[in-house]
Amino acid sequence: MKDFLGPMATMVWKDIVLEARSRELVVSVIVFGLLLVVVFNFALRPAPGQAAALAPGLLWVAFAFAATLAMNRAFIREQEAGALEGLLVSPVSRDAIFLAKAAASFIFMLLVEAALLPAYGAMLEFSALSWTLGAAILLATLGFALIGTLFSALAAQTRSREIMLPVLFFPIITPLIIAAVAVSGGATGGGTFTGLGRWLLLMGVFDALFLVICPWVFSFVVED
Amino acid sequence: MNAGYAITVEGLEKSYRDWPVLWNLDLTVPWGEALALFGANGAGKTTLLRILSTSVRPDAGTVRIAGRDLLRQTAEARRRIGVVGHRSFLYEDLTPRENLTYYARLYGISDREARVTAALERVGLGSRANHRVRALSNGMQKRAAIARAILHRPGVLLLDEPEAGLDRDSRRMLGELLAEWTAAGRSVAFTTHDIELGLAWGHRAAVLTGGRLAFPGGGATDIQQALSSGPSTRPGEGEGRMSDGGGR
Repeated sequence: MKDFLGPMATMVWKDIVLEARSRELVVSVIVFGLLLVVVFNFALRPAPGQAAALAPGLLWVAFAFAATLAMNRAFIREQEAGALEGLLVSPVSRDAIFLAKAAASFIFMLLVEAALLPAYGAMLEFSALSWTLGAAILLATLGFALIGTLFSALAAQTRSREIMLPVLFFPIITPLIIAAVAVSGGATGGGTFTGLGRWLLLMGVFDALFLVICPWVFSFVVED
Repeated sequence: MNAGYAITVEGLEKSYRDWPVLWNLDLTVPWGEALALFGANGAGKTTLLRILSTSVRPDAGTVRIAGRDLLRQTAEARRRIGVVGHRSFLYEDLTPRENLTYYARLYGISDREARVTAALERVGLGSRANHRVRALSNGMQKRAAIARAILHRPGVLLLDEPEAGLDRDSRRMLGELLAEWTAAGRSVAFTTHDIELGLAWGHRAAVLTGGRLAFPGGGATDIQQALSSGPSTRPGEGEGRMSDGGGR
C-alpha cells in the first residue's frame, strides 16, 4: 500500500507545484467561469425571483464547461517533454498514475468551484453555504475528475484533442449533471429537497463505478 | 540461465499495422558489456529500445531484463532499467534537482538527497541544479536526462542516440560514464548513427537490418558495409511467414 500511496502523493504534489508555478490552469478556468456567469446574466436577464429557478442548471453547465477546460490540460504537461513516458517506464503502477492525475484534477476543480461559487451565488441570488450543495459539488467533481482524466489521456494521443475531450466527456457525465442539478435545486431555491438521498446515492454509485473502471481502462489507453 | 545475461531477447516480433519492423529477432547482452546498435532510419532501432524499456509491447517473443520477463515481471524489470530517449522525460517548470528528487521518490530511493546530488555532479550539472529545466540548453537538458536515468543505479542502461545534442565535452563525459557503468558489471545498449563513436563506446556492435540483428566483426568498414548491404525487402518477406505475423 505504501508503494502505491507514496508515489501517488508524490505525483499529486508535483502537479500542485507545477500549477503553482505556471498558474496556467486554475486562474484561466476561474476567469472563464466568471465570464460565463456574466454572459448568462446578460443573455437570460432573469426577472427578480426567476434567478433561483435557473441557478442550479446554470451553475452545473458552468462547472461542466470549466471541467472540460481544466481536463484538457491534465495530460499536456506530461507530454511536453515526454514525462509521461518517463512515468510509464518507472515501476509505478498505471493505477497509481491515473489516480494521482485524477486527484490533482479533483483538487484543481474544487479550487475553481470554490472561487466561482460566491460569484454565482451573488448573481443568481442563492446562498453558497449549503451542505447539500457541498455534497453535490464533491460527488459530481469526483466523477468529472475520474472521467475527465481518462478521456484527457485518450484525447491527448489524438490530433484533435480539444474537440475529442468534450465529445467523449459530456455524454458520460450527463447523469451526474442531472443528479447534481436535482440536489442543488433544494439548496438554491430552484427545486425541492424531495428525493435528495436518492440523487446523492446515484452520484455515489456513479463515482464508485468509475473509480474502478477508469484506472482499468487507463492502463489500455497508455499502452503503445 | 537467463540471469547470466543483462538482456535476453528471443524470437522478438513487432509490426505496426501491416508493417513488420522487427522479425524473429534474437539478442543477448552479457553483464558488463555495452552494445552499440546501428541501423538506417526506420530500421527499428528505437522500436527495439522502446520494447526493451517496456514502453512498447512486442507482438511475439520473449524479452528478459536481468532475468525478469518484461511481460510477467514488468515492475521488477522496470526497477532495473534506466532510459535516455529522444526526449528528456523532465518537467520544464521544475529544476533538475526537483525532477530527480521526484523520480527518486517514485523509485523508492531512501538516501534521495545524496543520490540526486551525486547524479547531478556526475553529469556536470551541479552548478545548474537549481535552475528550471526550461532555462537550460538542449545539451544541459540531455545531461539532466542522463542523470535521471542513472539515478536509481539500474543494471541496464538503454540510450537512444544519446550523443544527439551533446557537445564534445559532454560526449566525453558520457563515454566515461558508460565505461564506468560497464566496468562496474552493469550493461548498456545504445543506438547511434555515429559509427566511430559507437565502436569507441560499445564492446560489441550490431546492425539492425531487415528486422533482424547482424553482428559484423571488425571495424567501421564492416559496419558501413552491413548497413549498406541490408535487404531491400520488408522484414520477413520471402520467408512465407508474412501472412502469419505481418498483421499482428
